[in-house]
Amino acid sequence: MTVIPSTSSTTGRAQSRLVQVRTKILKENDVVARALRKSFEDAGLYVISLVSSPGAGKTMFLEKTLLALRDRFRVAALVGDLATDNDARRLARSEVPVKQITTGTTCHLEAEMVRTALDGWDLNDLDLLFIENVGNLVCPASYDLGENLRLVLFSVTEGEDKPLKYPTIFNTADLAVITKSDLAQAAEFDPALATKNIQTVRPGMPILSVSAKTGDGMNEWLSAVVTGVAGL
Amino acid sequence: MHELSIALSLVDIAEQESDRRGGVQVLAVHVKLGPLSGVVKEALTSAYELAREGSPLADSQLVIEETPIVIRCPQCQIESTVPSIYELCCPRCGTPTADIVCGRELEVTALEIEG
Repeated sequence: MTVIPSTSSTTGRAQSRLVQVRTKILKENDVVARALRKSFEDAGLYVISLVSSPGAGKTMFLEKTLLALRDRFRVAALVGDLATDNDARRLARSEVPVKQITTGTTCHLEAEMVRTALDGWDLNDLDLLFIENVGNLVCPASYDLGENLRLVLFSVTEGEDKPLKYPTIFNTADLAVITKSDLAQAAEFDPALATKNIQTVRPGMPILSVSAKTGDGMNEWLSAVVTGVAGL
Repeated sequence: MHELSIALSLVDIAEQESDRRGGVQVLAVHVKLGPLSGVVKEALTSAYELAREGSPLADSQLVIEETPIVIRCPQCQIESTVPSIYELCCPRCGTPTADIVCGRELEVTALEIEG
């Protein structure tokens, strides 16, 4: 602890001094996230989180992913929303364990919410866990959830400049997925421009283009997941 | 808008530190904020005004120091400050890089206390 003389006071009061306290503001989240990461690692569990704006197609993408992988891995999903359990019910159609996290007014998932939601699940019984964040491209950027891989998704109907408008979340992600590629032509989507914009805010980020509806590009995505699980 | 929960954490951290020092009054909370922290300075400032209400920090100020983005070039191995997230390229050789050395800061650095 260093005490700095009151000459560096910003409040202008004579009777004051500065004491250094280097504390991360999200220290509590980071502590829980670190513990989660350790428990995932101990259980040999690969964890993928998904972030996007509302309506980018996360849930459909995830539903198709769960269906494709459920015979190959012991897979489960957590899904965050402000309200309703609609998404959990949709994902439950894939017949894998699914839990809804209802955040109320909170616009993002925090590590503690993930920890609480996982209560009652034996992580050793799982190979692969997906965490679908609340639809929001701003707030989730600041919160580590202990995941191995963070996906950022955006759909062709959202426009190529989405990465430039929300640079921080793209910068914190490990893999970008462009969704609804079956609508690309109708939306006059320019994939080269989208790629350029992603690379501007996160140089070197791998990018996949998929249509969960037609299945186009899904094999490449599923291979990436298999590689991730194998790499543990 | 997660700045309110961040501001509440700030008040908590400062209160804990104040308690640890026998309930000394906190006059200002100094924070370092990086452009890649995901937190907006103006939003945090407004949120702090709400968060401090009814707490022992009700009269405290929030002092935000904005940090630059610093990248490390994989080619030159040098660290450089870049003007924005849209220019994550080495100013010397132009190589793009995601190796960010500074810019994600979201931390309390100091408290200004009475006495």
